[in-house]
Amino acid sequence: MQVSTDTVWQWLSEVPDPEIPVISLTDLGIIRDVSWDEDTLVVTVTPTYTGCPATSVINLDIETKLRSCGIDDLRLEQKLSPAWTTDWLTAEGREKLREYGIAPPSETQDERGAGTDARVARLTGLRTLVVACPRCGSQNTEMISQFGSTPCKAAYRCRACLEPFDYFKCH
Amino acid sequence: MMTQGDNIANDILFEWLLRRGDTALILGHRVSEWCGHSPALEEDIALANIALDLIGQSRLWLGYAGEVEDRGRGENELAYLRDTWDFRNILLAEQPNGDFGTTLMRQFLIDVWQDALLEALKTSADERIAEIAVKAGKEVAYHLDRSSDLVIRLGDGTPESHWRMQDALDTLWPYVGEMFAADAVDEAMAAAGLAPDPKMLKPGWEHTVAAVFKQATLTQPQSDFAHKGGLTGRHSEHLGHLLSEMQFLQRAYPGATW
Repeated sequence: MQVSTDTVWQWLSEVPDPEIPVISLTDLGIIRDVSWDEDTLVVTVTPTYTGCPATSVINLDIETKLRSCGIDDLRLEQKLSPAWTTDWLTAEGREKLREYGIAPPSETQDERGAGTDARVARLTGLRTLVVACPRCGSQNTEMISQFGSTPCKAAYRCRACLEPFDYFKCH
Repeated sequence: MMTQGDNIANDILFEWLLRRGDTALILGHRVSEWCGHSPALEEDIALANIALDLIGQSRLWLGYAGEVEDRGRGENELAYLRDTWDFRNILLAEQPNGDFGTTLMRQFLIDVWQDALLEALKTSADERIAEIAVKAGKEVAYHLDRSSDLVIRLGDGTPESHWRMQDALDTLWPYVGEMFAADAVDEAMAAAGLAPDPKMLKPGWEHTVAAVFKQATLTQPQSDFAHKGGLTGRHSEHLGHLLSEMQFLQRAYPGATW
């Protein structure tokens, strides 16, 4: 008998992200669909970044988890559109990130804006992104590098408690 | 929305997709050469991440190219089992890294162009091209933030960083024109509503680079001379050396997998 897709979603919510194990794949918002195609369970996944090395590990982890739950007939599909955005991180996922020491994205796609004007505002300091320190909560922080330990993060430093931290960048 | 081949010959679409995939792949490989050699740890991490993004984008373009060609070649065969004359990247992408300033200037000149190109491709009549453009465009926009910022900081920096950035700009400038040169492939793609005419991207590109160079106190060269040939497979001597490293494993152990 086929298990319900709700049950499958529940199982997937127990699969940790391989690089940031404190959040699950469903917290990350990359599982786009779960459905049955006759006797085959189809899980649709969207990549975070096109070159993220975790993508193949994520697929393997999904397959391993579902097989351990008794699903034998399984197909993974990749879907690019709509493109993944950090707006899809769940509220629970954001809180888990913060507790783990990673500042969650502090703006939405709309707030970030697109195009030349938004870029000029960012680069000239007309619009400064405020990222609160996940350890002490201070907003007196500075970016060290636009890139961090994984494609989805940037490196920051807190000027109050002086601790360095990762920022899960808005994407 | 259309799907592949509705309104254009497959060999033209294939050729155009190779240009996108090969430019991302070759630039990505070049940038990856800095891994472990950058002037600071943060820059090393940044360059490695940018290389990863570009190689990831290349996989999407080359994967689609393989499907359009329909001869059983996928992204891996196209990346590893072709020789120099089969590559369709712009010459600028294959130019050597030089110093850190040259690498950044090359990245900046290409980022501005890619950003405009991908923006235009978001409305391509080909659904697959449009979705790759949206995905890649988000990454390239972030790269452009960084490369603009560093061109300004280093151009308007110390006397040494300034002359290095100006030297990089003067050296790379003759490779800029190829990004906007349209040939029969581009004209067919534009006529079918699949891609913009590259010439149309030039005014926006010029506007952005001029604004950044002004802030960076760099002098934009006036020459219009343009090296061309990369898009039709006539490359500089550098690509062969790059491929000999990138394709080493498949050349030494044909068909190796893991």
